Amino acid sequence: MAVTTNRPILDVHNLSIALPKGSDRPFAAEKVNFSVGSGEIVCLVGESGSGKSVIAQAVMGLLPKSLPVKGGEIRLEGEEIANASEERLRDLRCVRMAMIFQEPMTALNPVMTCGDQIDEVLRTHTKLEAQQRKDKIIRVFERVSMPDPPRIYGSYPHQLSGGQRQRVMIAMALVLEPALLIADEPTTALDVTTQAQILELIKDIQREKGMGVLFITHDFGVVCDIAHRVVVLRLGELVEAGPTRDLLLRPRHPYSRMLISSVPSMLPAERVRHDGAPTVLRTEKLTKIYGGGGMFQKAHAVRAADDVNITVRQGESLGIVGESGSGKSTVARCIARLIDPTEGKVRLGDDDVALLPQRLLRRHRRRIQIVFQDPYRSLNPRRTVGESIVEGPMNFGASQAEANQRARTLMETVRLDPDALDRYPHQFSGGQRQRICIARALAMEPEVLIADEAVSALDVSVQAQVLKLLDEIRERMNLAMLFITHDLRVAAQVCDEVAVMEKGKVVEYGPVADVFLRPKHAYTQALLAAAPGRDWEFGKFEAA
Amino acid sequence: MSIVLENEVDAAAARAAAVARPSIWVRLLRHPSVVIGGCIVLVMMLIGLCAPFLGTIPPAQIDPTTRNKKPGVEITVRQDDGSTVQRTVLMGTDSLGRDIYSRVLYGARVSLIVGFTVAAISIAVGVLIGLLSGYIRWLDGIVMRIMDGLMAIPGILLAIGLVSLFRAGLGTVIFAIVVPEIPRVVRLVRSVVLTIREEPYVEAAISVGTPLHKILWRHVMPNTVAPVIVQGTFICASAVLAEAALSFLGIGIPTDTPTWGNIMAEGRQFFRVYPHNIFFPAIFLTLTVLAVNMLGDGLRDTLDPKMSKRV
Repeated sequence: MAVTTNRPILDVHNLSIALPKGSDRPFAAEKVNFSVGSGEIVCLVGESGSGKSVIAQAVMGLLPKSLPVKGGEIRLEGEEIANASEERLRDLRCVRMAMIFQEPMTALNPVMTCGDQIDEVLRTHTKLEAQQRKDKIIRVFERVSMPDPPRIYGSYPHQLSGGQRQRVMIAMALVLEPALLIADEPTTALDVTTQAQILELIKDIQREKGMGVLFITHDFGVVCDIAHRVVVLRLGELVEAGPTRDLLLRPRHPYSRMLISSVPSMLPAERVRHDGAPTVLRTEKLTKIYGGGGMFQKAHAVRAADDVNITVRQGESLGIVGESGSGKSTVARCIARLIDPTEGKVRLGDDDVALLPQRLLRRHRRRIQIVFQDPYRSLNPRRTVGESIVEGPMNFGASQAEANQRARTLMETVRLDPDALDRYPHQFSGGQRQRICIARALAMEPEVLIADEAVSALDVSVQAQVLKLLDEIRERMNLAMLFITHDLRVAAQVCDEVAVMEKGKVVEYGPVADVFLRPKHAYTQALLAAAPGRDWEFGKFEAA
Repeated sequence: MSIVLENEVDAAAARAAAVARPSIWVRLLRHPSVVIGGCIVLVMMLIGLCAPFLGTIPPAQIDPTTRNKKPGVEITVRQDDGSTVQRTVLMGTDSLGRDIYSRVLYGARVSLIVGFTVAAISIAVGVLIGLLSGYIRWLDGIVMRIMDGLMAIPGILLAIGLVSLFRAGLGTVIFAIVVPEIPRVVRLVRSVVLTIREEPYVEAAISVGTPLHKILWRHVMPNTVAPVIVQGTFICASAVLAEAALSFLGIGIPTDTPTWGNIMAEGRQFFRVYPHNIFFPAIFLTLTVLAVNMLGDGLRDTLDPKMSKRV
C-alpha cells in the first residue's frame, strides 16, 4: 500500500460537537483529532452512538441546528470550513468534497432520472454545454462499471438494483473529481456480494484519482478490506488511531481490543454432534408462493420458498443463510405459522402443523417460538416487559403468580435484573430488549426456538453477548434452534448445520464445517468469497 | 462476572434510552391552542349547565307584547302572579317575544350534547368496526365497500333522509349525524391497524397463542387512541355544525327546545330588519366550533406528532 501523505486533505483538529440539552452526554463528539491524506482511506469505526456519522456531517456542513460545532477546526486542503458560510460550503460540496450515504434509495430523488440528477450537479457547478455534460455523465457511469450507461442515464432510481443505485451515488460524488470522498456506511444496506463489488470500486477509483476517503463503518470486516488507517470512536471520543494492520493486530486500548475480539470468526467453531438426538422439526417440500394474480392483475407468482426440506434435531442449531430476498425469513415464518405455507409439511414431532387451521393450531403455538430482528419493535411499547413475558404462559392457563415467578427466573436466565420486570421497553437498550424477547420466547418452554436475524440490528459487542447467551440456552435447555442470518460469521459460530438459500431454494445443506470450508455450490462459494475480511482472524492479537 | 461487563457495554445505550420526555399532560398544558380551545369549550359547557342561574327566563316563554325588541332594550315583563318586573333583553327578543339571551344559553346544551354524543358514539362504533375490518382480512372487503357506499352520499343529505324516516327529536338528530361520521372513523382506525398488525410485537403475541380479542384490545387498539381522540374533536365540531344545519333547515329538533340552529332558522325571515336573531347564536356557534377545532389541532400536535408534520 503506497500511501502518499505529504499534505492532509482533511484535517480535523480538536473538533467538539454539542448534543442538545437533556441528552445522556454533553457532546456528540469531543476533542476529536484525525486527518486524511491524499490517496488514503481512513475508516472511522465505532458502535451506534459513537458520533461517527455526526463527524462526517460536520465535515460536509450538514449538521442539524440542534448539533452545533462547539470548538476545534476542520481544514479541507488547508481551508478552515467548520465555520464557513453556507455559500462557501455549497461551492465546496461536490467540487472539493462529496458524500455517499447508506441508503441510496432515499438519497436519490425518486421522480428524477439518474442522469438528470447528476446533470443538476454539473449545471450548478460548471459552465459546460448540455452535450458535454451528458458525455461527462456517461463517462463517469462507465467509470463506475455500470452496464449500458445510456440506459442508466434515463432510468429512475426504482428501476435499478441497490448496488446500481449506490453506483449512481458514487458517480454523482465523483463527477467533479473531488479531493475528499466521505462514505457513510455505503455498503451496510447492500448484500454481501454487492458490497464486495462496491468496496472494490471505491478502492479502485481512490487509487486512480489519488483521492482522500473518509469511510464510516461499524464492520471490522470492511475495515480490514479497505482501510489504510483506522480511527476508533466510542461515545464521541477518539479511543485509538493507527494504521490498519497495527491496530487490528496490536490494539492498545481495552475498548478496541474488546471490539475487535467481538467480531465472530469465519472459521466454523468446533461443535458437539447431535446425531442420535430425536428430530424435533422437519419440513418436507415446504413451499410458499406469493401473488398468483388477483381479479384484475395478471398472474405473477413469486416462489418465495421452493421445496425446502430441512431437519433440526433436539439440541441442534441449524443456520439458514442467504442474501435478502433469498426466502430465508419466509421459511422461518412459515414454520412459525405467522404466514401460511402454500404447500408442504412442517412436522413438529409427529404432528404436521403446516396447513392446520388457526383454531387447531393454537395448541401447537407454544412449541415454536421466534425472536425477531428489530428489538425496538418486537416489544409492545405500552406494556411493561413483565406483562409481555407473562402473556404467553397466561394464555395457556398459568396463574398470574406462577407466570410472574417464571418471568423472574427467566430474567435471571437472560442476565437481567428480575426487578426490572415492571419497567417499560423504552427504558432498555437494544441488547437488553433482545434478551427480554428471548425470555418471552423461553417462557413458553418451546421445543424449537427461531432466531430471525435476531442479532443483526445489534452492535458487535452486544451481538457477541447475545449469541453467547443463545448458545448457552440452547445447550442447557436442549432446544432445537433455527438461526436465520445473512451474516456468515454468525452462522459459523453458532450453527451445527447450515442451509444456504438462493431465490427460495436451498442450494447447499450440510454440517457447517463442510459448507464453509469445502463449499460445493457456486453460490455458496461466491457468498464466502465476498464476506469482508474473510482472511483476517480477528481477536488474535500479537503482544504489543 | 459477565453480567457486570455486559451491563457496562449496554449502559450507555440504556442511559440514552431512558432520557425522559415531559409527561403528556405537561406537554398538553404547554400547547397554546389546547389551553385556549379547552378553556372556551369549558366555558361553553358551564354556560349550558348553569343556564337557569345566569339571569335567564324559560326559553320557550312567549310574550306577544315584547316582540322583536332590539338588544339592550329595557322591557316590562308580567309574571304569573300578576306583578311586573323590568328586565333588559341583552340580545333582544324574537318575533314571538321570546328572550334570545335565554334561548342561546339553553341552546348551548343541545349543541354540546349533540357534539359530544355524536363523537362518542361514532368513535365507539367506528373503532370496533375499524379494528375488525383492518385485522380480519376477509371482512375487510365487505366492510369497506359498505363504508365507501355510505361515504358516497353527502352527509347532510343522508341525515335529512334519516330524520325524515323517524320522528324529529334529539335522538334522531344524533343518529342521523352519527351514521355519516362512522366511515371516517373506520377508515382512520383501519389504516392504523393495517400498519400495526405487521409490527413484530403483534406477531410475537400471535406466536405465544394470544386469542384474537386480546390481540386487538391489548396490542392494536392502544395505537389508535391518539389519532381517534384527535378525529373525535373534529367530529364533535362538525356535529355541532351539522345539528345547526339540520335545525336551520327545519328538520332538526323542534323549536320548543332551543338550539342555535333553530334560533337562527326562526330569525331568517326578519334578518334584514332584526339581524340580532341570527347574529348572537351564530357567534356562539362559531366560537364553539373554532374552540373545538383548536383543541383538536393542539391534541394532534401533542398526541400524534407524525400526523401534524404530514398535514
